[in-house]
Amino acid sequence: MSDRDFLLLMLAMGTVTYLPRMLPLVLLSRRTLPGWFAEWLELIPVAILSALIAPTLFAHSDPRLFTLGKVELLAALPTLLCALKTRSLAGTVIVGMFCYWVLGLMIPR
Amino acid sequence: MVSNIRSGLSAAWPICLGYFPIGLSLGVLAQKGGFVPWQMAAMSILVFAGGSQFIAVAMIGGGASPLAIVTTTFMINLRHLLMSSALSLHFPGVSRRFLSLFAYGLTDESFAVNMTRFNQGNWSRYSGLTLNHAANTTWIVSSVAGVYLGQLVPPGAAGVDFALTGMFICLLVFQLRSAIFIFTAVIAAAAALLAYLWLPGNAYVVVASCLAATIGLIMKRHMRKRGSAYE
Repeated sequence: MSDRDFLLLMLAMGTVTYLPRMLPLVLLSRRTLPGWFAEWLELIPVAILSALIAPTLFAHSDPRLFTLGKVELLAALPTLLCALKTRSLAGTVIVGMFCYWVLGLMIPR
Repeated sequence: MVSNIRSGLSAAWPICLGYFPIGLSLGVLAQKGGFVPWQMAAMSILVFAGGSQFIAVAMIGGGASPLAIVTTTFMINLRHLLMSSALSLHFPGVSRRFLSLFAYGLTDESFAVNMTRFNQGNWSRYSGLTLNHAANTTWIVSSVAGVYLGQLVPPGAAGVDFALTGMFICLLVFQLRSAIFIFTAVIAAAAALLAYLWLPGNAYVVVASCLAATIGLIMKRHMRKRGSAYE
């Protein structure tokens, strides 16, 4: 691929990445949303976070299979407790990393 | 303004910590796939989307058509439509210029942190913008460094692979503001898992979050009608 083609490809990838990030922000922030839609959007963050986490904890990625045996799931328990108890992002991330590291050493994969 | 920047930077560190090893490994892969440093930099600056960059590097290496690469990128990043919509609640009447700049740095991670901070209050949009760009800078630097470093970095050092998951878990806890949020989170997790097993790609994020938010909303309205206090 020539340098010019490469840059064109990056520009195209950048455009299709940027538009979904930009259009709703610019279009929706200037108008009053209907009540049900605003309430629906309020539930979106918690749903997205949960949806992003679940496969990391409960599924192998290649091939995609359900499992209860991942180190990530084990490490998630103390991480969750720490988040609930301390409500500190920094503390929770460090505790999580530590548990994941130690559990990974104890449980060979 | 200085304090806004400072709070943005201090909120950004878990993201930067998580991005660094991921960016490095992207750079390593890209280098193996024939990327030179300026190409990695161009990609991380122009695209700035982790998942789709990994896939694009593999597709470019495998000689896929540009149309297939662009289409895949588009599909992978469609979930940001939802995040951008949800964030718009916090930017009433903000200038288009600011929003256009802010949108550039919208990733899963920056969305999660910004959304949580906005909900907690005491968070300005300039802190948010700072956070976005701190994450972006880390991403660009680490991915280009990966191209130079090649295989020198051992995988999985000191649990950094868990940094983003740990951050997501904590942000999820912050979002659980009432029973209806817990209910929505449980539905989303179950739906995401099923969708992850049955649908290709990362469609599971959009499918599960739309479904869970809809069920959550129906539940909330139902409880309101019955005068429940659990809302």
